[in-house]
Amino acid sequence: MLLHEFLINSAKRSPEHVAVVVGDRRLTYGEVDAQSSAMASALVDAGLRTGDRVAVFLDNRPETVVTFFAVLKAGGAFLPINPTTRERKLCHLLAHSESSFVVTDRRRANLVLKSEASLPDLRGIIGVGGTPELPERWMSLTFEDLAAGAANGNLPGIIDVDLAALIYTSGSTGHPKGVMHTHASLVSAFTSITTYLENTPDDVILSVLPLAFVYGLGQVFTGFRVGATVVLENSMMYPAEVLEHAVQEGATGIPFVPTIAALLLQQDLDAFDLSKLRYMTNAGAALPEAHLEALRERLPHVKLFNMYGQTECIRASYLEPEQAHTRARSVGRGIPNQEVYVVDEEGNRAAPGVPGELVVRGSQLMKGYWKMPEQTAEKLRVGDRPGSTVLMTGDLFTSDEEGYLYFVSRQDDIIKTRGEKVAPKEVEEVLYRLDPVAEAAVVGAPDPILGEVVKAVIVLKEGATLERRDVLRACTQELEDFMVPKIVEFRDSLPKTDSGKIRRNALGEEGEQT
Amino acid sequence: MGEQATEIREFVIENFLFGDDTGLTDTTSFRDEGIVDSTGVLELVAFLETQFSISVEGSEYVPDNLDSIEKIAAFVARKQG
Repeated sequence: MLLHEFLINSAKRSPEHVAVVVGDRRLTYGEVDAQSSAMASALVDAGLRTGDRVAVFLDNRPETVVTFFAVLKAGGAFLPINPTTRERKLCHLLAHSESSFVVTDRRRANLVLKSEASLPDLRGIIGVGGTPELPERWMSLTFEDLAAGAANGNLPGIIDVDLAALIYTSGSTGHPKGVMHTHASLVSAFTSITTYLENTPDDVILSVLPLAFVYGLGQVFTGFRVGATVVLENSMMYPAEVLEHAVQEGATGIPFVPTIAALLLQQDLDAFDLSKLRYMTNAGAALPEAHLEALRERLPHVKLFNMYGQTECIRASYLEPEQAHTRARSVGRGIPNQEVYVVDEEGNRAAPGVPGELVVRGSQLMKGYWKMPEQTAEKLRVGDRPGSTVLMTGDLFTSDEEGYLYFVSRQDDIIKTRGEKVAPKEVEEVLYRLDPVAEAAVVGAPDPILGEVVKAVIVLKEGATLERRDVLRACTQELEDFMVPKIVEFRDSLPKTDSGKIRRNALGEEGEQT
Repeated sequence: MGEQATEIREFVIENFLFGDDTGLTDTTSFRDEGIVDSTGVLELVAFLETQFSISVEGSEYVPDNLDSIEKIAAFVARKQG
């Protein structure tokens, strides 16, 4: 099965059913199908070849969803980019992925233009609402024209092992890695998820998660798999407004990360009629037990699914709602049609209670990292079943006698904030570009709302001066919103090990904030 | 512009724009311009509560009250009224 057949099948069954809602805009399955087919034909006419990458640099809007399906139908692979990405990283993602086209809006197209000299593979920009003036070698296409055209039967034949998506994720080396997923791996993952969530066409899934984040992306594809309605929001700035939309649209499912749960819990939930809400899911980071309890108490009719996954496998485990009160700290067991288990340092299956690395086996695993064979070989290894490949998650877990998993810690320094991953190195590189900075270390510090916050500890060169606001301004100019430090601390020196390495775990909690 | 609006403006410039107030007017929408995000709203409300001795309820976290300097100043005035 191909990933865009989720849409085609649902459109055949109920073309008039509402597929996607953003604000007061609604598109039916028939409309998404027709627009994406027209755009797919236009992309092929514009020279898109099978396997070519098309970057999608947009916020949560109907055009983003249409574009994903258009790219798939045209035989390409979409590459979702967080809409708050800044110039330097944007350039890196487009250049590294050798993207042929970017679909974006007029304002963000100007950001792409700044990197023109570094993008020899880029052939055109498709602008929602048009494009700014582009250099001659780039095609200038308007989304609305493409989507309003007609399909012309020029689409290539592709198979399910073809690349469907390239999704960049933070790596501990500081260089984001492009996770390669095929039609087959994504169909496998999203089908499994709809099975345990028991999704139906009557579901109305309301998501504030960015579509560049696999958990957010998954809401669209799981919804389309069953022909449900997907309501997209762009921000959690005003939780009451989001809840009001949930009431108006009759939301039956709300996915969240712990930060969103914390914001929802600050609201008077009794003031909103959430009687249609059937389930909520948590992923991205561990949900504090107190949040889980509070949600169970205030929304007793809602099933709460605590889940675990990563971009490389989309989803690995979930905890059945009925287990939430006895195993609140667990992320459950493997999702349908795959296996998760803990291995010891020798790679043997660990006994219950013994901590070890979690490995995942199943057809939803990525095919590897784009143009990074060494990192791929570290992450995808030969499993203990004959002929099997397993994913090394890099996360330490224990399991109990019945196979329920409990998170222990990560093996790398990655910080989890707002459910997203931040590589300390990516932030440190920005800090080191500031002339007054002699040394810098970025760590996670505990926070009741965000799980962890990004904390920068800086040592200045002798006689140099630098203010907190200068640090934050530089970070805001180069990093996505969630990567910008919340705490900046200046010190005379950083704690080191005997071999001279910075002792990161000594930096998270102590010290005064400035 | 009132004294409170000036204090709010200074807070926004220092904490969300890091000193660069280019293009910020009293009616600039924080959301449309991407100036404040969901955690920024919490920081903003914490500032209003301590600075102006008001208490903000969950139901008052709405754009009509918080989405620009002008709206915040009017909200604070109503709360203190």
